[in-house]
Amino acid sequence: MERKTKIVADEGKQELVITREFDLPVELLFKAYEEPELIEQWMGTKVLKLENKKHGSYQFETTDPKGNKYGFNGTIHEFSSNKKITRTFEFENTPFGVQLEVMKFEELTDTTSKLTIHTVFESVAQRDQMLQMPFAQGLNMAHNRLQEIVNKLK
Amino acid sequence: MNLRRDVFQAIADPTRRAILLLVASQSLTAGAIAANFDSARPTVSKHLAILTECELLEQEYNGREVYYHVNPKKMKELSDFIEAFRKLWDDRFNKLESVMKKYKPKK
Repeated sequence: MERKTKIVADEGKQELVITREFDLPVELLFKAYEEPELIEQWMGTKVLKLENKKHGSYQFETTDPKGNKYGFNGTIHEFSSNKKITRTFEFENTPFGVQLEVMKFEELTDTTSKLTIHTVFESVAQRDQMLQMPFAQGLNMAHNRLQEIVNKLK
Repeated sequence: MNLRRDVFQAIADPTRRAILLLVASQSLTAGAIAANFDSARPTVSKHLAILTECELLEQEYNGREVYYHVNPKKMKELSDFIEAFRKLWDDRFNKLESVMKKYKPKK
């Protein structure tokens, strides 16, 4: 069964919707967002703090291959097991601002589920910048690879 | 880097996005494009210059008239950048799925 992630980012809107169906019962999908050890495994980030409750907060830290550290944090507004998480999200020291994330977990069948992440940005420009980031990084990586090959030829 | 030539900078502006939508279906002259906006004609001309400079729009000469149309190749690059973002999440979710398939609940 092929599962594909879908992105809806309408022109001129400061929001973004990511949807994905999983070959997992909704309980397991939710657990992947609930347990720090699991988050660390699939997101490749360190979980410094995670309080899964209203008024709780979280703090993640990712280290790139060069050793640079990137911080992420936010506050949890709603935490309903196997149903919904509403939280803020901030990628520290970036121009993306603070985003509001509403994550809905739905059961499709006993063994399949669906995740919908609705993200609202402070502005359209910030949303567009966030969308461009992986593309820009891809370009940089392609450029670096090219540079390495060229260096070897010298 | 000249920001004006940056495609992403170009589409960050709502008027420029509206212009792209407008000429997506048909070639139009600067005058015909400007007629769709409240902005002053020189403002629209400036937007057209930026879009042309970063190659999202192409000019076509027909007698004395200059028509603008969308450059599909450059527009494809734009859809590719969303694809890069989608791929990032797709990879992440594939990882989630494989991690959770191996997961054994603690007793």
